[in-house]
Amino acid sequence: MAEAPKNRPSGKKDEDVPTTGHSWDGIEEYDNPMPRWWVWIFLITVVWSVGYWIAYPAWPGIQSATSGLLGYSSRANVSTEIEEFEARNDMWFAQLMETDLDEIREDPELHRFAVNAGSSVFAAQCSQCHGAGGAGVQAAGYPNLLNDAWLWGGTMDDIVTTVTWGIRNEDYMDARWSEMPAFGVDGLLDEEEIDAITHYVLRMSGQDYNEDLIELGAEEFQWNCASCHGDDGGGNYDLGAPALNNQIWFYGGTEEDIRHSIYYSRFGVMPGFETRLREAEIRAVAAYVHQLGGGQ
Amino acid sequence: MSIFRHHKKIETHATLLLVLSFLVVTIGGIVQIVPLFYLENTIEEVEGVRPYSPLEIAGREIYLREGCYNCHSQMIRPMRDEVERYGHYSLAAESMYDHPFQWGSKRTGPDLARLGGRYSDDWHVQHMIAPSSVVPESIMPSYGFMMNRTLGRSDAEHVRDIMRVYRVLGHPYDDEMMDAALDDFFAQADPEGDPGVLDRYPGAQQRNFDGQPEVTEMDAIIAYMQMLGTLVDFDTFVPDQSR
Repeated sequence: MAEAPKNRPSGKKDEDVPTTGHSWDGIEEYDNPMPRWWVWIFLITVVWSVGYWIAYPAWPGIQSATSGLLGYSSRANVSTEIEEFEARNDMWFAQLMETDLDEIREDPELHRFAVNAGSSVFAAQCSQCHGAGGAGVQAAGYPNLLNDAWLWGGTMDDIVTTVTWGIRNEDYMDARWSEMPAFGVDGLLDEEEIDAITHYVLRMSGQDYNEDLIELGAEEFQWNCASCHGDDGGGNYDLGAPALNNQIWFYGGTEEDIRHSIYYSRFGVMPGFETRLREAEIRAVAAYVHQLGGGQ
Repeated sequence: MSIFRHHKKIETHATLLLVLSFLVVTIGGIVQIVPLFYLENTIEEVEGVRPYSPLEIAGREIYLREGCYNCHSQMIRPMRDEVERYGHYSLAAESMYDHPFQWGSKRTGPDLARLGGRYSDDWHVQHMIAPSSVVPESIMPSYGFMMNRTLGRSDAEHVRDIMRVYRVLGHPYDDEMMDAALDDFFAQADPEGDPGVLDRYPGAQQRNFDGQPEVTEMDAIIAYMQMLGTLVDFDTFVPDQSR
């Protein structure tokens, strides 16, 4: 059995300290005072809380709570903070708005700012579909932004328009719009004709194809596809019709993928960012996308 | 100090201790909770917030069933980093028809309070089926099975029952909405369906969300996702700064 300490910091001995007077099965309890420093801190927090009530919003009244002398408001704080950061970039954003879109890249400092600002916008708003590095998701309809194949054009103007209004969304009248018919589902072509066009497109893109179907495929392509995709399958920026005569595919380039596209059509949607981003931010993200590799 | 001598009486009488403890907790509760029900500056009137459409309710029920709230919050706090990333901070009124609210307390995935319209329906379908195919670093599990779970008349009736309960709780579903509930449930997932659903629930999306002919759980969850945070137009509504 350990012996009880005989000496306390205060110099008092155990036998000098009174007990509370309770006794449970012979166990008694010393009635030591609480440490002074602890009591003082407790009292100071009580006093502090009175100051806090006066300085910050605290007590409910009839119409509203007391607002506090400091006028604290989390909503006002966040808008002040955002304004402060915007003010720091104000000069740059103003310059970005004043400079002609195509001339942004001729001013190295402004361009560097636009690309940096654009890359953070891209990370927050665009990367979920187009990938963190802008490579898109191949064969799933999220286009690669690193190459120079564009559906709706790759000039700064084109990119700004696409980002602002989006593609085929119902939120904006100005969204880019085109719709390929679902040739199979809507019964516009029969199975044989769809197979023929599939193989004609396979040949056009330099892949293995079935020679027997080419004659019919060429004919049907002229009738059904050439008005948007071009006689030679070169595509058309204005209609968002992709080129078919290369190896860059949006929804995959296997026989099965091509057949699926003709049969069911594709209807990729991109939201517009007109209300989500400020115009200067849209210009910045366009500058970022433009310099990824494919800008025109 | 003599006041502490009396404290001994409380400490040694269990019933007295219990009664006085309740009294203290009650006062604390009244001071903190009751003012929220009458103070004008906590009850912010916000234009545009409406009760959920039947299909959105189904989507919300799936959201609860799958425990989405365990990893996703629906509450953008008034802080610069959150506002810059997710959009305008959330208003209390935007959760007024949520029983229970879905603010959540943990973000393994991103906040969803302003998800609506940010992605295409196709993206949502693909992301539900295979999240990491569009967001490589995502650890979200697959919810592709929702594509195969068709919603039928009994599900629509269940939603109508939920609407009845909501009505008791004070959600402003009128008789017309209740009568049209079963039809609206299916019409919202049909681009050629009765456009009346959009009159009854302004800001709702009416599309075939998952591209399949029948109405599935995928349609419901995407209908819900696509309206989150879209009801208040912050171009015309400026929240009071002194709240």
